[in-house]
Amino acid sequence: MAQAAIELIGINKSFGAVRANRDINLEIVRGTIHGIVGENGAGKSTLMSILYGFYQADSGEIRVGGQPASIKTPNDAIALGIGMVHQHFMLVDNFSVLENVILGAESDALLKKSIAKARSELERLEREYGLEVDPDAIIEELPVGLQQRVEILKALYRGAEILILDEPTGVLTPAEADHLFRILKQLKEQGKTVVLITHKLREIMAITDTVSVMRQGTMVATRETKKTTVEELAELMVGRRVLLRVEKGEAEAGGVKLAVKNLTVKDSRGVTMVDDVSFDLRAGEIVGIAGVAGNGQSELLEAISGIRHAVSGSVMLDGKPIDLTGKADPGELRDRGLAHVPEDRHHVGLVLAFEENENSILGYHDDPRYLKGPLLDIDAIRNDAKDKITKYDIRPADCRLKTANFSGGNQQKIVLAREMEQDPGVLIVGQPTRGVDVGAIEFIHKRLIAMRDQGKAVLVVSVELDEIRSLSDRILVMFAGRIVGERGPEASEGELGLLMAGVEQREAAE
Amino acid sequence: MDIFTAIVQILDSTIRLSVPLLLACLAGLYSERAGVFDIGLEGKMLVGAFAGAAAASVLHSALLGLGTAILISVAFALIHGFASITHRGNQIVSGVAINFIAAGSTIMLGQHWFQQGGRTPALAPGERFEAITWPGVDAVRGVPIIGPIYSELISGHSILVYIAFLMVPFTWWVLFRTRFGLRLRAVGENPAAVDTAGISVAWLRYRALICTGILTGVAGAYLSMVQNGGFVKDMTAGKGYIALAALIFAKWKPVNAMFACLLFGFLDALSIRLQGTPLPVIGKVPVQFMQALPYVLTVILLAGFIGKAIPPRAGGVPYVKER
Repeated sequence: MAQAAIELIGINKSFGAVRANRDINLEIVRGTIHGIVGENGAGKSTLMSILYGFYQADSGEIRVGGQPASIKTPNDAIALGIGMVHQHFMLVDNFSVLENVILGAESDALLKKSIAKARSELERLEREYGLEVDPDAIIEELPVGLQQRVEILKALYRGAEILILDEPTGVLTPAEADHLFRILKQLKEQGKTVVLITHKLREIMAITDTVSVMRQGTMVATRETKKTTVEELAELMVGRRVLLRVEKGEAEAGGVKLAVKNLTVKDSRGVTMVDDVSFDLRAGEIVGIAGVAGNGQSELLEAISGIRHAVSGSVMLDGKPIDLTGKADPGELRDRGLAHVPEDRHHVGLVLAFEENENSILGYHDDPRYLKGPLLDIDAIRNDAKDKITKYDIRPADCRLKTANFSGGNQQKIVLAREMEQDPGVLIVGQPTRGVDVGAIEFIHKRLIAMRDQGKAVLVVSVELDEIRSLSDRILVMFAGRIVGERGPEASEGELGLLMAGVEQREAAE
Repeated sequence: MDIFTAIVQILDSTIRLSVPLLLACLAGLYSERAGVFDIGLEGKMLVGAFAGAAAASVLHSALLGLGTAILISVAFALIHGFASITHRGNQIVSGVAINFIAAGSTIMLGQHWFQQGGRTPALAPGERFEAITWPGVDAVRGVPIIGPIYSELISGHSILVYIAFLMVPFTWWVLFRTRFGLRLRAVGENPAAVDTAGISVAWLRYRALICTGILTGVAGAYLSMVQNGGFVKDMTAGKGYIALAALIFAKWKPVNAMFACLLFGFLDALSIRLQGTPLPVIGKVPVQFMQALPYVLTVILLAGFIGKAIPPRAGGVPYVKER
């Protein structure tokens, strides 16, 4: 009987109203590579942070090596032989490799002895696991693959028997990722336990012994990797949600309203997030972009709406280009008939400290309808807000209430009402129903379809596959920054799930 | 008077004038290297100066005066820590508040206790730090060049002057050769790395601020118990800010800090020396202009000549665990 390195029993953790982990049970067998998959926001990182003592679980028990363990700080975790390689490296950039390795694990009040000890210890680890890195190199001068190796060395130097890696391949090139996997296999051969957190199913299939799937804060399944398939995992990850279908007629697509050509976007670290994406959006159709969260959809949306710098490519709105330097004037784009409902309404879409009526005209406050000479026409604004509240059933129906006091779903309706009621030619919507209750979802979907029927062009990005299938006339699937397929709304969930997981059709057939 | 004697005299006053700057600059170095901006160096020096002179005159002991100066200055450093580390307040606002409290409370308490218009009583010889005369001064005084350098520049300063300059190699050693220094530098660059390594970010930053408080306390004591024979209101006169400028100029490095402070001290000494003296070509220059010279040069140096100064990356940002 294989021995459990770690057992998690009934772990719960909430951040405010968000339940990041609910009733998690998990057993990780010693000397194996255990994968944990799930979409971004499924609660994987939170769970591992609890295991590493970075957060405290609200309830539940952790056992390490069969013994109940109280892990209150990372120190406790380190003492129990748990090491963690964080998604964003916890390194001091202008320190040398050696200094980073000994930080917090110095053997002496003076550094000389610690450094000498670490130097010989690093040589040993290099021999045993093939973890070569120049101990005197400065971190910021090393490529990310080597920086990650320093993180692994840090954990091993502290005597880690259980190594947790949080999305380790996100920043790596394929060659670096292969090297990492070789190192992990070697660690396993030496009897170490590896926990690999990822949303990439390919990696899970390639390297793990066991895989657990998380969805929306719960642990939905644990499988032996040999006995499962990418299809099954994809389905478990994305989940079958209650099917909401809105009646809609055939689309009557007209001329091209928005043309995206060879668009490439990089993030601040220089990682390509949107990779050579091209598509057209026509009047009178809804195009849905499906994909597991974190595959470049957010960056694509931001680039198209002119708020994120694109490295190359072009976006034409009604045949005229949009400024892609990231410094486009949103007011100008609004005047040209492009409305944008951002994904992150708290930070981008609303000023939470403002009253509802102020938010309901934000961005359109220069419109003569809301002005009396140089001043705002308060009555006109409030009447306009009241109309929207009635039309969109925003609750509570109080246009003087502070926006922060509305629920998430109603905040979303405030933004949607503002953008849709301006009658734009092109509407771009990110996560139209995130955090919105079922009744409101149906209403929002109907509104979006009504806009389409009026001949507007609508682009919807959502991680809810059902929503995409229900709304879209055409579905584009994004994976790793690329559009990997286009399907009609009749495409099956399994087919889309595979595309979202980055599995090519012909591979799946094998 | 010949040129050589004049130069020795200017250098001698350069040393004396740069000591409070150097102590304050090194004080700032500890806290800023740990990621806590401290614009309250000025205020901490001022309370140190007041507490030192007050205690020395009441207790008739220079050492007790120094101890009190350090104690009070550390207490103010801890207030800054409580606001900006524990409660994650804005470090600039907290520092400015400390400067205001220091300026107001020293005058008020001084007047209340001593009734001399905010001054403390003039310190008697045993209540101040006296100049130390090095052995053999009288023997070499007559020797040309070496004589005046040894007897004027090297010998004849108070113990605090020597402590200030010894603090330079000591600070370097602490920062780069000890575990505490490694962690202190790390917490100023990436507190998350320190936290995940199992070290308390808050406690580490508090300890850095205590170092800051000790040094500003000594700086204050120097002003009121060495340079001056008692406390005078607002006697720091912006030295805390000049020290901050020197810290940036020195790129947060101890040895650079010494040279930066010597430069500012030199400008100060020069401006005092040249007051009322007609300059070649320019002629007589108003006193006010000469007094402004160090500040004008500070602005010019900071604006144009230091190149790229990269502050500790986590400086000014309270540490909050990320979700």
